[in-house]
Amino acid sequence: MSAASAVTARIKNIDREKIVLGVAAPLLAIVTAVVITSLVMLATGQNPFQAFSVMIDFGTKSDSQVWIINKAIPYYLSAVAVAIGFRMNLFNIGVDGQYRVAAFFAAAVGGALALPGIVQIPVIILTAMLVGALWAGIAGYLKATRGVSEVITTIMLNFIGGSLIGYFLKEGRLAEREGNLIHTKDIPDSSYFFEIPTSVQPIYGTIVIAVAVGIGYWFLLSRTRFGYDLRAVGASESAAEASGVSVKRTVITTMLLSGAVAGLVGMPTLLNISGNYGNDFPTGIGFTGIAIALLGRNSAIGMAFAALLWGFLERTGNQLEFEGYAQEIVGVMQGVIVLSVVVAYELVRRWGIKRQQRFVGEQLAAQAQARKDAEVTA
Amino acid sequence: MANHDIDITVRKGTVHALVGENGAGKSTLMKILYGMQKPDEGTITIDGEQVSFATPADAIARGIGMVHQHFMLADNLTVAENVVLGAEKLHGIGAGARARIKEISDAYGLGVRPDLLVEEIGVADRQRVEILKVLYRGARTLILDEPTAVLVPQEVDALFGNLRELTAEGLTVIFISHKLGEVLSVADDITVIRRGTTVASVEPAGVTPKQLAELMVGSELPTPETRESTVTDRPVLTVSGLRLSGTDSDGVRRDVLADVGFTIHAGEVLGIAGVEGNGQAELVEAIMGIRTADEGTVTLDGADITRHPTRRRREDGIGYIPEDRHRHGLLLEAPLWENRMLGHVTQRPNSKGPWLTARDARADTERIVREYDVRTPGIDVTARSLSGGNQQKLIFGREMSHAPKVLIAAHPTRGVDVGAQSQIWDQIRAARREGLAVLLISADLDELIGLSDSLRVMYRGRLVADADPATITPEELGTAMTGAATGHLAGDAATENPS
Repeated sequence: MSAASAVTARIKNIDREKIVLGVAAPLLAIVTAVVITSLVMLATGQNPFQAFSVMIDFGTKSDSQVWIINKAIPYYLSAVAVAIGFRMNLFNIGVDGQYRVAAFFAAAVGGALALPGIVQIPVIILTAMLVGALWAGIAGYLKATRGVSEVITTIMLNFIGGSLIGYFLKEGRLAEREGNLIHTKDIPDSSYFFEIPTSVQPIYGTIVIAVAVGIGYWFLLSRTRFGYDLRAVGASESAAEASGVSVKRTVITTMLLSGAVAGLVGMPTLLNISGNYGNDFPTGIGFTGIAIALLGRNSAIGMAFAALLWGFLERTGNQLEFEGYAQEIVGVMQGVIVLSVVVAYELVRRWGIKRQQRFVGEQLAAQAQARKDAEVTA
Repeated sequence: MANHDIDITVRKGTVHALVGENGAGKSTLMKILYGMQKPDEGTITIDGEQVSFATPADAIARGIGMVHQHFMLADNLTVAENVVLGAEKLHGIGAGARARIKEISDAYGLGVRPDLLVEEIGVADRQRVEILKVLYRGARTLILDEPTAVLVPQEVDALFGNLRELTAEGLTVIFISHKLGEVLSVADDITVIRRGTTVASVEPAGVTPKQLAELMVGSELPTPETRESTVTDRPVLTVSGLRLSGTDSDGVRRDVLADVGFTIHAGEVLGIAGVEGNGQAELVEAIMGIRTADEGTVTLDGADITRHPTRRRREDGIGYIPEDRHRHGLLLEAPLWENRMLGHVTQRPNSKGPWLTARDARADTERIVREYDVRTPGIDVTARSLSGGNQQKLIFGREMSHAPKVLIAAHPTRGVDVGAQSQIWDQIRAARREGLAVLLISADLDELIGLSDSLRVMYRGRLVADADPATITPEELGTAMTGAATGHLAGDAATENPS
């Protein structure tokens, strides 16, 4: 009896161990990053403790909090788009191109139509998802049929996407001029997404999209057959194929899904801020997404924290500049975090495997011993 | 604790065999001796000097070399390049290195040809290259991990000849194997490991294979023999005219399978013998639908499944024990219960419609662990942390849990301890009595002869010979596997009438 309860206790231990391992890596990464950036600051003759206290003070102010949350929405969406690929070992570097192309055409469609908001907003969002999926699907199709590495194609498609937007973003084509800015026709006021008012600035309503995508991502991967197939391919392509998963089809589907989520990345900007796609539309969120997906271990919750951390760093980076620090120190910090993450995860993973092997060995030896004892008494 | 109270003494200039079940602690012991893992307690002494290894490099520096079970060679480099790789400092990479390779090869009769590409040479030659690699690095003690698993009997004899040359020159060999007959014929001393500790040290002259096996398992030893025939006349799996072409290393297309045909009836075990790489893997892949055959049909229980995808075939009742369980049978980093779903994710109890039913799958995994005696502390540990035998028991249990009509078993007991082996044999026999058809592909000739109701020999993509397991001997089978005998192999000698 006591042996059995000991076993259940140990099994609970495995769950706890999972959590410990899950938290250990990002924690290790961030601590390493803090130490390294401190050293960098010391080397440039600045006081790191002062800087960190400025960051914490300023970053926790209520208007900062709202700013950080709003910033984190597209980051999170981008990270999920990247993570869908990561989970099956597809490196979708093209989220950047996918969301820009998607946002551009969604903005063009939104500017051209004047339907009631309740219809038009879904139309804009669906257009974005469709275009994003299509753009990523090209890479998926080439990978599945011709074996072309998705890393190459998605990078190329980023450039092609940029040029495509450049072509259409001209007066007389799909855009109009407003001072120095060229942008697509503004979407009607009724097509703006709602906002959640706070005591300071409002939080963008598109946060519900991010939350829904996060839940959908978690549910799809851990609760559905398709998600299992996807993870199986990611864990071992050869085993997945032998088990009956069509790897090619999964590659295409995954790229389509990743692209569809990537298509959403531009929505917070389009539907809550700008109302159009202009040459001032934010770029580079796709690459930020890669870093955040890495930092968040591809987990729905982890990536949310990672996106908020990224927002925090950017917010406080601006402030550091006012305080006379080089703003680049935040860039250094972000870069160091990503590097530390890659190293820390590998270290923690190996450590975890070793621990578990040792644990299984001990457990089996104990069982064998118990059996022997039982034989002796019998 | 993987190991405790291990005591072995290896005399210089001898072949010392280490036998024991998988999971008994042999591999851990080897890892410690080769510096891949550190012992918590205890000492290692070489030539009277106490040593401690932090890395394999330390072990190599002390003259200990390891020949792994899975070869660690780069196929697209030549033999000489493979030998030199990573040891460039010793004799450079030019004439000096070549001379040294030649010298070692001649000294121990290895007969290695340094200019061939590794992908061009056979398994036995690759193994000699591995041995040469270790000697080149100055090893005086060689550890060989199950070196005969991939060899046919004739090649095994040649290997043993090489080992004797090595020991004659004063080198020491530690030989790990499950095959007791081999151990008895080559070893000077034998140490038996069971449950992480050394249970006996014996001399080969003083024991029989049966006694040795009983020392290993600590109980009665298993035999693969199937006695009464359960073959019915209902065909379950029929393969006919199967042809599959592939591109070989020279870019030439040639048939890897040609005109392969056979029928397996309910209750029948059909064994396929053959040296690895003669098309067995491709045959399995064609039957599983992983590769599409160019010609020919596969019929399961009367239905033509030639065009069905793998998943459909599995749902229709083909169970599959892959040859390489790490690459094709398991998700090593995933917990056991997720591995229980692999290959059957569309079926109950794993899913209902598009949704996974984790609770049912977990409960069923508990059942498999119990019924198939998978030794594990729980179903949440990763598949990687189980020993080979327990991984295989899990796979076997999983496949048998979906009531297969036919079981494709490729090397089902390779790298599996004696206990698990006898259990898997028992279960195959039991399932066969219930009417299961089995395609058994194995390199273990005793297993093939003992379990099969009929035998075929595969050579260069063709089924060149057949034999009756009741009368055939491993030696005769080995001859046919090298292509030297074809047609029906009569019980007595290598046969006439090639077909």
